[in-house]
Amino acid sequence: MPKTGSLAAYAVTRLFLSLPMLLILLTIVFVVLRVIPGDPIAALFAGRAPPDVVAATRHQLGLDLPYWQQYINYVAAVLTGNLGTSIGESYHGKSVLFVILDKLPATVELAIGAMIVASIIGIATGVVSGTNRDKPSDVALRLYGTIIFVIPVFWLGQILQLIFAVGLGWFPAQLRFSGLPSPNQITGLYTVDSLLQGRLDLFLVAVQHLVLPSLTLGLVLSGFFTKTVRANLLRTVNADYVEAARARGIPEGRIISRYAFKNALIPVVTVLGLQFAILFAGAVLTERTFSWDGMGMLLLKSIDSADYPMVQGVIVIYALIIVALSVVIDVINGLIDPRVRY
Amino acid sequence: MSGKIFFRGRDLTQLSNQMYRRIRGEEIALIFQDPMTRLNPLMRIQDHFLEEIHAHESVSSTEARTRAREALVSMGIHETRIRNYPHEFSGGMRQRIMIALALVLKPSLLIADEPTTSLDVIVEAQILEILQDLKEAYHMSLLLITHNLGIVAEVCDRVAVLYAGKLVELGSVRDIFHKPLHPYTQGLLASVIHLETKELHSIEGSPPDLIAPPSGCRFHPRCSYAQPICTERIPPLVEFEPGHFAACHFGDKFL
Repeated sequence: MPKTGSLAAYAVTRLFLSLPMLLILLTIVFVVLRVIPGDPIAALFAGRAPPDVVAATRHQLGLDLPYWQQYINYVAAVLTGNLGTSIGESYHGKSVLFVILDKLPATVELAIGAMIVASIIGIATGVVSGTNRDKPSDVALRLYGTIIFVIPVFWLGQILQLIFAVGLGWFPAQLRFSGLPSPNQITGLYTVDSLLQGRLDLFLVAVQHLVLPSLTLGLVLSGFFTKTVRANLLRTVNADYVEAARARGIPEGRIISRYAFKNALIPVVTVLGLQFAILFAGAVLTERTFSWDGMGMLLLKSIDSADYPMVQGVIVIYALIIVALSVVIDVINGLIDPRVRY
Repeated sequence: MSGKIFFRGRDLTQLSNQMYRRIRGEEIALIFQDPMTRLNPLMRIQDHFLEEIHAHESVSSTEARTRAREALVSMGIHETRIRNYPHEFSGGMRQRIMIALALVLKPSLLIADEPTTSLDVIVEAQILEILQDLKEAYHMSLLLITHNLGIVAEVCDRVAVLYAGKLVELGSVRDIFHKPLHPYTQGLLASVIHLETKELHSIEGSPPDLIAPPSGCRFHPRCSYAQPICTERIPPLVEFEPGHFAACHFGDKFL
């Protein structure tokens, strides 16, 4: 075991603490899928199959077992990495896990793109806003923060498509890739794969396709960052340790970066962690708007075709990602703030 | 804001921001009332020192480290603790760290703004002892801001008494305690609690509104010697005896 109080010890502890959280999440997914109205198997056949076929399907999926037995089977299956097989039209008989892993990189690429946009725009606007309190720039940016946060993501997506794809023709309106054969699958992230293969031309195509969806999702998230960064910066630029640093003759630039900004970042990182859930919900709508072939599209398609193992699998993977990200966020917080490492 | 601040013959209010920054820490250092919140929680103690030394002097980082360690050790904190973060220290220790930070550049003036108010009595005694020793060890002036007359009697040479933002009396510690000329100073001294105190003495009334201060002498609404002139004319600061000044129309009455 690493030394107490070290970052490594903190990370390990945090990882173990996430196990109960994971179990709770799995339980919620299990319960929710069973209490929402509508029988998935009935929906699948839409009344067109004879009762014995329905019963056979039900038996095959283990849905005729008592709930507690279903629950144990489900948790055991998930923990061993088995998410079942698809019963929908598009992926019938295929492993749910493989289908999801195939779609996951697209969503990850979109999420990273959106987070980059949201962090850069949100932090920049927040710093300008927070260091120019009540001046016109601050008032304008606060207004921006509120408006951009309440705009529906699919509406913003369509407006951006209209302006930059249809109108100006700068970026494609749809899909992850077009025109050229897509790069060989290594990580599944087209931008990364094209660079790994040294194909700058493919990289540019991938980035071009990524710009509008990332901008759409990132802008919507940036409003929250603007407000959080601003509020926290206002708190820390007047902090006692900032005044004390000025009294020691520390240069102003260093005071803003090392004292005010770094301290303001702690709650921002925490909030950023909470934003991932909103990010993935927004990603479903963004993927739909831009025909971005990721997990969000897969989820919508699976709901349409009543592919219940697939829906369950996608939600479980979303849950896993959010648990993993919350651990990452906590470790980042530990990296910034020595007080949380205990 | 109005007024001037003279330090070694220069008016500090006329300085550029850059010059002002150089003087802070290097010539004039400041320690505060509440040491708990004055250190950056995200920085090791060592980085506080190094940052300050490098902001004022171009020295090698080895030398800066040595000086940082010496400053900390001189305040009775073990040198290995220089790698700790602020939250790993108690209030008294943090105040000693603040003093070490204030002294590392060997300033000629240390301003201590109620340095012991948030500390308990035993730690208070420690800090005061340190401050007293420093005056001699560093050939440094100490400007102590406090409302604790016991500390004044113990530490100070000269005393300036302020009321409602105005200087009302200035003199040696002996003059102030034995021959107070201003009624406010007299009231303050009478309010000090002794072991034999049976009943608390207090100055009648409450501190004035500083946005619309009383006319004439600001103390007149609370002064038992007040005459019509006190409400009309602001009393000038007069030297009633060598080195002993007071701003009272009737200061000579108390000589």
